[in-house]
Amino acid sequence: MSRLEEVLKSGKFAVTAECGPPKGADPEAILKKAELLKDKVDAINVTDNQTAIVRMSSMAACALLKQNGFDPVLQMVVRDRNRIALQSDVLGAAALGIENILCLSGDHQSFGNQPQAVGVFDLDSIQFVQVVREMRDNEVILGGDALSKPPKVFIGAAANPFGDPLGFRVVRLAKKVAAGADFIQTQCIYNLERFKKWMEMARERNLTEKVYILGGVTPLKSAKMAKYMKYKVAGMDIPDAVLARLEGVPSKKQAEEGIKMCVETIQGLKEIPGVSGVHIMAIEWEAKVAEIVERAGLGPRPTKGK
Amino acid sequence: MITATQKPIDEIKEAISPYKRVLVLGCASCVAECAAGGEKETGMLASTLRMAAKMEGKEVTIREKTLDRQCVKDFVVQLDDIIDEYDAVLSLGCGAGVQAVAEIFPELPIIPALNTEFLGETRDQGFWVESCVGCGDCMLYYFGGICPLARCSKQLLNGPCGGSKDGRCEVDPEVPCAWQLIIERLERFNALDRLEKIFPPKDWSKKQGQGPRKIIREDQQR
Repeated sequence: MSRLEEVLKSGKFAVTAECGPPKGADPEAILKKAELLKDKVDAINVTDNQTAIVRMSSMAACALLKQNGFDPVLQMVVRDRNRIALQSDVLGAAALGIENILCLSGDHQSFGNQPQAVGVFDLDSIQFVQVVREMRDNEVILGGDALSKPPKVFIGAAANPFGDPLGFRVVRLAKKVAAGADFIQTQCIYNLERFKKWMEMARERNLTEKVYILGGVTPLKSAKMAKYMKYKVAGMDIPDAVLARLEGVPSKKQAEEGIKMCVETIQGLKEIPGVSGVHIMAIEWEAKVAEIVERAGLGPRPTKGK
Repeated sequence: MITATQKPIDEIKEAISPYKRVLVLGCASCVAECAAGGEKETGMLASTLRMAAKMEGKEVTIREKTLDRQCVKDFVVQLDDIIDEYDAVLSLGCGAGVQAVAEIFPELPIIPALNTEFLGETRDQGFWVESCVGCGDCMLYYFGGICPLARCSKQLLNGPCGGSKDGRCEVDPEVPCAWQLIIERLERFNALDRLEKIFPPKDWSKKQGQGPRKIIREDQQR
């Protein structure tokens, strides 16, 4: 059982953090980032060519983390691989000792540095969750062929409570749960009110009893970053008040204000029934995760087997 | 309909440059509807090419003709009597038309003048939009008559993705989110529950199984 699964099953508030692999073949780059997170988080989530920009493969980076004593969460997007490659990589990941897989659609190829690439999307993220669940629990691949050894992985999926239409967002969450998601990682939360509304809808459908929900947070470094995310990043909901608060402090103090706001959001999340943990996506700011965890009162992390 | 757009004129000129006698061949079907290869466009392209040849002092014969359908053998054989007068055909048919003409006249170079684009609709004057991928297993009933394979940027059968905002697609704010449209339409029919089930992975063998697809109808054969 992965450390993440163990923490969640024990009823403790889980903490995970995100790590982007380097744009190169340097293994030290990912290990250096992970070192900053050591004993501060339960699991490290490794992105899969995020924003459709070519990077070291998530699987290789996760294997490096595993060899160095971390609990990696392997992100897998359906953008680049068909069902043959996806299933094969799930088996490969399990063979390498990777115990968590997060199944995603992936950022559209037109956003990245290979806009001429074909977008595969042979499976969608919900179908992919279902395929991995079948592989793990029923020991078969698509079409029914049996596996010699099933991949024992903890299955994750993403949810965006801020996408439209709101009413249907919970239907989609329900579909991911029905497909077999064990945990859900949400889009970055800046609009806590809307998130609460979404959680309430999730509780009404008893979804919080069936799945662990990790609220996503990203500390804002500056008002400039907030503006960029508000207006340029797909699926992001940054209320005017959040932007105004950052703009209200001198630019040299905006980073500190961003951390403070992130800590407040985490504290808010801890109070919401059905939220099982937090996922910190400190984009190229991994050095700050330890401080955020500390200030949010989430340290020290439970050690393995306890 | 099959939609197409004309290739850049320099690419066309380059492709026909080795030939002295060129038949510019239009098609009065789909490509006429999308104003790319009908009688009018064929005439215009032929005169542009004649004019260009004259300016460059080249001695070439360029004539035009438009068939009712380039992709149907019965129409293509109408060229039997005149084809010997030419050493190349510049086709303004879609990719299927070009290949049908090539199949019937194997000795002759058939050069495409169009880029074939997609299966789509004429939404407005001068505006065509893709609406079908020809998957071989129509699912429009489930999705309120809106195809997510053709109209969702990620071809999601269990959408929408997290990038749908105010009814727009994350890929381009000009593009309506297909899933928003599907949900609104099914709501209107009180049939939103159709989307509660998980649609299984698509059977793509019906689209790209074993080589080019064929339809064989014995009742239609003579």
